[in-house]
Parts: sequence; C-alpha cells; structure tokens
Amino acid sequence: MICREVQELMHGYVDGELDLVRNLEMERHFHDCPACSGVQEQIRNLRSAVATGAPYFRPPSGLEDRLRSRIRQAAVVESVAPARAANTWQWMGIAAAVLIAALAITFLVRRPSGSELLAQDVVSSHVRSLMASHLTDVPSTDQHTVKPWFNGKLDFSPSVGNFADRGFPLIGGRLDYLENRPVAALVYGRRQHLINVFVWPARGQPDYTVSQTEHQGYHLLHWNQAGMTYWAISDLNAAELRQLVSLVRAQ
Amino acid sequence: MQKTELTRFEQTVLPHLDAAYNLARWLTGNEHDAEDVVQESYLRAVKFFAGFHGENARPWLLAIVRNTCYTWLRRNRMDELTTELDETTPIVDPSAVNPESALLTAARTEFVRQALEALPVGFREIVILRELEGMSYKEIADIAAIPVGTVMSRLARARARLQKLLSEPDLSEARA
Repeated sequence: MICREVQELMHGYVDGELDLVRNLEMERHFHDCPACSGVQEQIRNLRSAVATGAPYFRPPSGLEDRLRSRIRQAAVVESVAPARAANTWQWMGIAAAVLIAALAITFLVRRPSGSELLAQDVVSSHVRSLMASHLTDVPSTDQHTVKPWFNGKLDFSPSVGNFADRGFPLIGGRLDYLENRPVAALVYGRRQHLINVFVWPARGQPDYTVSQTEHQGYHLLHWNQAGMTYWAISDLNAAELRQLVSLVRAQ
Repeated sequence: MQKTELTRFEQTVLPHLDAAYNLARWLTGNEHDAEDVVQESYLRAVKFFAGFHGENARPWLLAIVRNTCYTWLRRNRMDELTTELDETTPIVDPSAVNPESALLTAARTEFVRQALEALPVGFREIVILRELEGMSYKEIADIAAIPVGTVMSRLARARARLQKLLSEPDLSEARA
C-alpha cells in the first residue's frame, strides 16, 4: 500500500470498519511509515478528546413520563386513524359494499346461516388487512420465523408452510380476530394477489373437505382438518387458490 | 395501535430516549427545542411503528429524530443548512502533521464542545452519531440517508476541521 491509499482508508481503519486483510496491510504500512503513523495517532487523539470533551446531553427529568402519556394518547387516536385515511375510491368501495349488503338483507328472505355470517367476517378481515396497511405483524418469508412468532399470542400453534417454490411465497403472519377469538392469519402472495389463510381450532367439529363460496368478488375456500378450521380467501382466481389450499392441506 | 403494539413500542423505542434527546440537543443547540423535537419525533415514531420490523430500534428512531431536526432547522435556522459542506478538497495535508499537534489536542478537551458546535450541522451529526452513539458507518448511512463511503469522507472532513479548530489560537484566547 502506498501513502495515498492508506490515507484514504485512514478513518475506516481508526473506526474499525476495514476488513481483516486491509487492516493488516494498514498496520504493516504504519510500521514502516512514520508520517502515516503520525496521522493515525493524531486521529486517535482527536477521537479521545471528543469522547472526553463532548457532553452527552441527558433528557430533563419528567420527559420520559410526559412522552409516555402523549404516546398513549396518540396510540388511541392512531387506532382509529387508518379508516379515516382511506381514500375516496376505498370509501366508494365500502359504500357500494354496504349498499349491496343492505340489498342482500332486504331481498333475501332466508336468514344467513352461521357459516355465511362467518364468511362475511372472513371477507371483512381480508379487506381490512389490505386497507389498513396492517397486512402482517411478522413479515417473513421464513416459516421458522413466522410459526414461533405466534407462540404466547395464541393458545394453539398453526402449521406454517412456505410454498415459494410452487409460486405461493409466504409473506408473513398476523394476529386477527374471528368467531370471538384470536386466530392466526397467514399471508401468501401470488403475483400481485394476496391470500389470507385464517386458522383456528375447530372446537370439536368434525373434519370436512373443502367447500367453495364467493363473496363480494372474493373466492373463499373453507375446510376443517386435524381439529383446525381453515379459511382461505383472495381475489385470485378460484383454480389457483385451490392449488394453494391443496399445498396447505398436504403439509 | 393495539395494546400489544403499544407495549412493544414502549419496550423497544422508549428506552432510546437518551440517544434521541442527545442528538436533538446537538442539532438544535438548545434544551427547549430539543425537547419539542423529541416529542414530535416520538409521535411520528408511533405513527410509523407498524412499518418497523427490524431488530434494533435505535437507528430507526434516530433517523426519525434527524428528519424532525432538519424540519425544525429549515424553519428556524435556514442559515445553518445553507452552509456548503466542502467535500472536494483533499483532506490530508501531510505537512500539517506535526508531533506537537497531537499533544495540543489532548490539552484542549475543554474546547471540544465549542469546536463541535461550530461545525456545519452535516458534519456535526456524523461526529455525534459516531463518537457519542458509537454507531457503525452502515447505521450512520441509514440514518443520514447517504452512502457508506460518504459517511467515511464526511467523518474525515469533520475531524480535519475539528483538529484545525482545536489548533487555532482564537480558542485559547477565548479562555482568557
């Protein structure tokens, strides 16, 4: 190394930011070059002068408490804010959905069954997850990160698979709330489409195979397997959604 | 924000209050505005927290504090921001190296604060993050939104200026 190169890397060296090889080259150079060695010494002295002479300003007492209470206030407001942040188109979409739902209730004579009501809730959860910029609590493509994340947050452990090699990459996991209980929501991607797979214990209901419905333009696939209830929902076409479901069922 | 999120926020972000305040204090130059900037930064942090998924909240929070400081500077200290950072002239002048200057610096510790306050804010922030917060070049690069190479060159220039300021006779006259 020549002096000019050494001087260029000098601060990286003093700050311990160089790789091992270059570090050794620098040291060798300092050994032979008193001028560069002097510069290095000077920087080190300056650093220690700054460390000793520059005050580290501490926050005034009471600031932490004031902050804590302001944060709590802000957090409450914040939980209401995402709905307000929805743009006009989303509002129109919501208005249309509300109108359709109202019409459906008016014109349909039969009362919706429990499972249809649940399907509505699944649709709402899915739509909310796309709207409120709260798609995932734990964004990770690694099932070994997502699965343990649910520990302590749920009273069951959902099986989490990543099907990236089959074109359904895992995007992450999220806690959601359905049928009056916290449930696991696993988020998968397929091109530009997002898929929510909701999982929770079936509470003694028997296993049954996949049934398919459509609500508000979303495809829903529902089944019970190994004591768990599953709902998969997406705006993806039904055939591809069924592909993901068979992957989930086969794991 | 859900209650679990709020708890997570209080556990991961609030403990970095010292670092947030110290940076705001060095960039605004006074206690009152530092406190305002810190409060505003924390409120913004609450808002953006859903988008934070990293391991280390300190650089994340400091990036918000820095942005809030710059907003404040633009409103109140525009002249500080218009100072051009000289990033082109060579830094090392081998003739300036003399054995005495190293000793001189050590004796002038008490002027370090003044010298730091005299640095342009773009240099000052890098020195504070490196020397007082012990941040790596990568972390500083993320906070200041500049490439890692620029962190090293700014640090080099900032230190050269400090060295010069601490060797100037006016500072010792100020003591008298």
